[in-house]
Amino acid sequence: MGEFKVHRVRFFDYMPSGIRALAFNRDIERIAVARMDGSVEVFHCSDRFFQEKIIPGREQCGIEGLSWVGERLFSAGLNGGITEYDLTNQKVKYTVDAYGGPIWTIAGNQQGTHLAVGCEDGTVKLFEVNEDKIQFERNLDRQKSRIISLSWHPSGSKIAAGMMDMIQIFNVETGHSVHRLLADRGVGTSRSKECVVWSVVYLSDGTIISGDSVGMVKLWDDQTGTLIKSHNVTKCDVLALSVSQNEDSLVAGTSEGTVVQFQFISMVLGKDDKEWVRTRTFKNHTHDIRAVAEITTAVVSGGMDAQLVVRPLLDKVEVRSAASALRKIHFPHRRLVSCARKSGLMLFQYPGHLELWRLGESEGKGEDDIHLFVKRNPEKLLHLKVKGEDHIRCSAVSPCGEWIVYSTASSLRLYRLHCDNNNVSITKVLQISTELSANQLCFSSDSSHLFSASTQSSVHLVSLSQSGCKFVGTLKPKSGERTIGIRESSKIIPASEDGKWLASANSDHEVHIYNLQTRKAHCTVPVYSSAVTAMGIHPTTNCLFMMYADQQMCEYSIEQKQYTDWSRMVQRKGLHRFWMERDTPCLNVMFNPQHPSHVILHDTYMLCIIDQSLPLPDDKTQFYNQLTLKSLPEEQRKSHSHAFKVCKTFKDILCVELMSDQSLVVVERPLEDVASQLPAPIKQKKFAT
Amino acid sequence: MNEVLSGMNVNLSYPAITTERVNRFVLCTSGDSVKVYSTRTEEWLHSLQGHTNQVTGIALNPANHLQVYSCSADGTVKLWDFIDGILIKTFIIGYPLFAIYVSEKHEGIVFLHIAMDTDSKKEGFQLVAVHLPKSAEQEVEAKELSAVSSHISPNPSCTAFGREGQYIAFARNLQLNVYFFRKQKTYSFSLKATDKKGAKNAFTCIACHPTDDCIATGHEDGKIRLWRNFIHKKEYTYSTQHWHHNAVNTLCFTPEGTNLLSGGIESVLVQWQYGTGNRKEFLPRLGGSILHVSASSDGQLFCTSHSDNKITVIESSFKVCGVIQGLVKGDAVLTDLMIDPRSKALVLNGKPGHLQFYSLLRDKHLYNLDIVQQEYIYEAGLDQFEVVKAAFDIKGYWLATVEERGQKSADLEFFLKLWSYDERTQSFVLNTTITAAHTDRIISMCFSSSEETTMLVTIAEDGQFKAWCQGVDADTKQDQNFWSCDFVGSYHNLKPTNCSFSADSSLLAVSFQEVITIWSPDTWELLTTLCQPPGVIRDLCFGRLSCSKYLISTTTRNLLCCWNLLTCALEWSTSVEVSKLQSDPLSENVAAFSYQSKHTDLFVFKPNEPRPLFTHKNVCSEKIHRAVFVPREEPLNNCDESSQWLNRSQLYFLTQNMDLLTFSTATEEDRMLSSSTRLVIDDSVAVTPFYLLLGKHRQQQQKLNTPSHQAADRPQQPQGSVTITELLHTPAHVLPPASVLCSMFVSSLLISNTGVLQDPLRKEMESSEQEMNSEKEEEDSEGEMEACDSQQELRVQGSVDEVTPKLSKAQERELKRVRKTDFSWMAGLIASKP
Repeated sequence: MGEFKVHRVRFFDYMPSGIRALAFNRDIERIAVARMDGSVEVFHCSDRFFQEKIIPGREQCGIEGLSWVGERLFSAGLNGGITEYDLTNQKVKYTVDAYGGPIWTIAGNQQGTHLAVGCEDGTVKLFEVNEDKIQFERNLDRQKSRIISLSWHPSGSKIAAGMMDMIQIFNVETGHSVHRLLADRGVGTSRSKECVVWSVVYLSDGTIISGDSVGMVKLWDDQTGTLIKSHNVTKCDVLALSVSQNEDSLVAGTSEGTVVQFQFISMVLGKDDKEWVRTRTFKNHTHDIRAVAEITTAVVSGGMDAQLVVRPLLDKVEVRSAASALRKIHFPHRRLVSCARKSGLMLFQYPGHLELWRLGESEGKGEDDIHLFVKRNPEKLLHLKVKGEDHIRCSAVSPCGEWIVYSTASSLRLYRLHCDNNNVSITKVLQISTELSANQLCFSSDSSHLFSASTQSSVHLVSLSQSGCKFVGTLKPKSGERTIGIRESSKIIPASEDGKWLASANSDHEVHIYNLQTRKAHCTVPVYSSAVTAMGIHPTTNCLFMMYADQQMCEYSIEQKQYTDWSRMVQRKGLHRFWMERDTPCLNVMFNPQHPSHVILHDTYMLCIIDQSLPLPDDKTQFYNQLTLKSLPEEQRKSHSHAFKVCKTFKDILCVELMSDQSLVVVERPLEDVASQLPAPIKQKKFAT
Repeated sequence: MNEVLSGMNVNLSYPAITTERVNRFVLCTSGDSVKVYSTRTEEWLHSLQGHTNQVTGIALNPANHLQVYSCSADGTVKLWDFIDGILIKTFIIGYPLFAIYVSEKHEGIVFLHIAMDTDSKKEGFQLVAVHLPKSAEQEVEAKELSAVSSHISPNPSCTAFGREGQYIAFARNLQLNVYFFRKQKTYSFSLKATDKKGAKNAFTCIACHPTDDCIATGHEDGKIRLWRNFIHKKEYTYSTQHWHHNAVNTLCFTPEGTNLLSGGIESVLVQWQYGTGNRKEFLPRLGGSILHVSASSDGQLFCTSHSDNKITVIESSFKVCGVIQGLVKGDAVLTDLMIDPRSKALVLNGKPGHLQFYSLLRDKHLYNLDIVQQEYIYEAGLDQFEVVKAAFDIKGYWLATVEERGQKSADLEFFLKLWSYDERTQSFVLNTTITAAHTDRIISMCFSSSEETTMLVTIAEDGQFKAWCQGVDADTKQDQNFWSCDFVGSYHNLKPTNCSFSADSSLLAVSFQEVITIWSPDTWELLTTLCQPPGVIRDLCFGRLSCSKYLISTTTRNLLCCWNLLTCALEWSTSVEVSKLQSDPLSENVAAFSYQSKHTDLFVFKPNEPRPLFTHKNVCSEKIHRAVFVPREEPLNNCDESSQWLNRSQLYFLTQNMDLLTFSTATEEDRMLSSSTRLVIDDSVAVTPFYLLLGKHRQQQQKLNTPSHQAADRPQQPQGSVTITELLHTPAHVLPPASVLCSMFVSSLLISNTGVLQDPLRKEMESSEQEMNSEKEEEDSEGEMEACDSQQELRVQGSVDEVTPKLSKAQERELKRVRKTDFSWMAGLIASKP
């Protein structure tokens, strides 16, 4: 398997931001997540919840609500504007001010014609959704207090709006209020406090369900305006509600971190008089749940503890498999760390700044699992703040450590690093405006070129030299068969070691290979149903090794334009069950120059070396067999060993990189550290404490 | 002569509450009978006797609310009229039965738990439906068995009927099964044994909602799940509630289905509001852990049965309205059985940390004395203080107790406490607490039996015996005298095993392993040692009365020795394995329980002769370690030789499964039978003593008021004595107001007198009473009320006493006034008249 000196890096203080809103689109099976820092992420529900798109946020831009209209995604926030996103290019398309003060909620009707927003000034504003823009249509009757939550009747003729202490039902045609439902304030001390109706859901049978700050889930009848039933769910707030598509199940997220499920069940079997009954309780969060979404086979919830939890509903799942397991998504499915392999530098990407660190040094060689003495502590060389309000989308440091580049939604900036002894200084070399802002940045291995993945699957080339830098050209995929339709923007762009080949993958699952010498598209890898999560070009054989979100792996020979024999064997024999059941995608593919047959992979929980010269394991063999092998005598080891060597020493891995001096850098972010930096959760009396 | 069960054992099966207009009854199984209690008075009314083995289940007949089914391990199901205590029918099933279930929709069918045919293992249980044949005969064989399911849980709580009897739900280990009768289909759902959070999901009990299709299940880790939609293999759903921290023992829906009741070891009854999730009410501190809960059919009353042999009756407003307490059963009786010399109550371990006082005369729990005086925590596996030893002095003025904690672990904690009887509060008050009486566990203790000085001797595993006296504290000179150590003795560092005072307290015998040492308590001089190896001395007791020169000892090597203390020689010895030696304080008799070849024999003998006075083979199948002689209030004059030893006192003993047994003579048996038959009354009204009293009185009055029956009534007059005994034997709380009783009481007395007395005597009495009356009238006006009362009584008496020509009250008064009036003026008038 090989021995490595490992830099175990734990000084990257990455803090994921809390989740504020969720929106599920059934047609395209995508779930959109809005975070506290204003960023919006899109997950693919049927592709193992792979994080397909990240749209970074801006300073002072809190998102309060998300809504899909068709395949278009809208958000609204406390800055008073409604934003539409350009999902193909992963950026904000435009922002329209609603002129109603801060917006607390946004809801689109099922017909996809209108958006309603609830504003601080007490108005519900209707916007018409046009082909390329939204247009203000009118206000509904203005109320005295702010509108906290909104829900359309599925027919689109009525809107229920949750406010302070009450719920209003509006007729959309006339714009007048039809009913006023008064929500009780809590008993006891909280009677003086207002009851905030945090969430409403309008069902097609005319039932309105509300969740409020008193901890009640209440069911109302919209014809009579009366309370049908109320369930006391929690002592604190019920912050979010979501109903399943066929309206037989409802989930409520509370500030205790529990998700409570209600089901529409007939009380007497075989009869039709159904009632909403509280059934299951899921407790997967430690903090407030700010958003829940019931998707077809699972309940997705997110909150202040910044993790997205997918809790499968086993009664809806046809076949139990790895795809239908409980999963918690803590970290983004892309790299936030880049390493200068030759000079031992690391660049950490935070939303608003970059940090450059030099790795520490140690002396001596140790045995297995021995901590070496650190001769020189790692030191922080640079703290680079972002210009402007936009957050960083991607960043990179060149292998030689001389160049730093980052990109926001609006611009791309390239810096040159001067490092003499203890004096570190940088000079801005290049600033490129909007059109060339990158989704992914990458340097060539000899640090002579910068590759910037941009819109429409194109890759821009910038050549770097001591004197300056120069925009060289743009690589575009062959526009043969797919001339019509918008190309997705590229994401992952590894360049080969010898500087000859470049591969780029986009979120349409396409992988293009370019010849850098001719600056032409070389070929396209056959499209696979799952998204590429990581890839790398082998330094000697020039094979492209790809990892997919469904844990499959492929090796594609660039020169022969076909899958390699090993790849075909993998496809034929299938991968081990344990490998397929892992629930985080592989984030990096590396090659060890000393062992050409080795491929190094990592995901959040493990580090794996695949030895392509060894046989593949089948389902009967022991997958995690290192300990068994250790106990066996030397001659028997060979017969028992297989291609997968998994190392689980490290946990919560953000990045693994193989440096040029054969040492590994493992950047960990322990979840306990993240949890300790979160605000204190709601205090609850626990039994036996 | 035979054995009578004393103390009820109510917690084996679900209690059933019945409703019948006003009178309510609680039925519970107790040994081989079903006991009927009144919920109002908490009195035991009668038992339904007829089964020949343990009664394992009862169920009210859904077709007739005055009838109850009972099933027993003797293989029969019996149908009773529980109000009159009449056995209506017996159905012979032929297999030992372990639980019974009935449903309204299944008329003529009972569902029973029977053991599977595999004799070797007792684990398999089967649920069978039995068609009860309709026949007029008293005893019917029911052979029409159809199995509903095999492999069900042996716990009867794990089976329940669903809505309208359409399905039956039963759980076993981790699987819940629902059998639909119409579809004849079983749906099963299983849970995982544990999960990451350490849940224990095994089912412990089940209840079905009466109107909704909802099954509530209790689990080992205290969770309650409400299952719905259980006709779907996959889309079934359940909600989970968690309050209990240990296993849920029982669940019960109220008849309307608005609430769910649950109980467990915490001894808190929890009422969950159905359909609103978390809302719940608690009724804490009910006593022992809750084993069963049941609700009356109108939902007005709930009752819980507890592990400490208690039934609590609870109103629907969640208030305790009655407690039916039997002999409190802890985990084990660690103290000896004792008799409180004052109240003649049996004293033994009761509630955890308490001593209970139990009146054997009335078969009723009196009270618990808190010894440990610490809150007991109802949780499994905690090491808490427990009373391990207790002793009374001869007058009942002092009580010594030892409490211990840490029997299992190395660090033992124990306290010796001395309690004095406080006349004012009528209970024991803590006088002295000695924290380190010995350096190791106290093995035994006894009070000296002399009248003047009270002395306590304790022996402990540290090889010492200590004498404790109530010393006068010279420093403080307080009124209260505390106990302090008087003497510490030991013998060659041997471990003492037992101690005993002679009847006159002039000698103290302490046994050290194989050696008995005799000490003089006055001078603390070692008088002599007696030794008869082999075997460590187990029990010691001095003879009484004419046999007080003898000392009897038993050893572990099956030897019973009798020493003559005058000659210091062994008088006689016999080889018998004695587990308990008990001497009668009022006679020379000594009882020895011998455990041999898996059954216990009883020998009663006098120390002066090595022949037993009385032998009873095979008393019970368990070893007996606790026994006590209870002095009778008045000695019997029994000439029957075999029962003569019972004349002065009665022998009670405790078996290992906590049944209190006693020996009774033939005459007592008869009396008991007669008292039970006396309660049989042909009315549908509940037979309470209260009723007996009032009802009889009313009948009498009715008869008296009709003149045609006058003649017939007269010979029945001596019934008054029955009224008196009933009056005296009825508990105070069920008596009618004193004003009602008083007149009855007096009238009954008077009737008997007038019936017997001769005419002249009666006249004398009458005149004397009249004189009394006149005296009263001469007193001031305050006495008028009283006078009025007595006049009323007189009138009652008069109405009864029909024979005498009777003057009306007014006439009488007139007469008196006439008599008293001064007629001197008339004399003058006569004199003046020529």
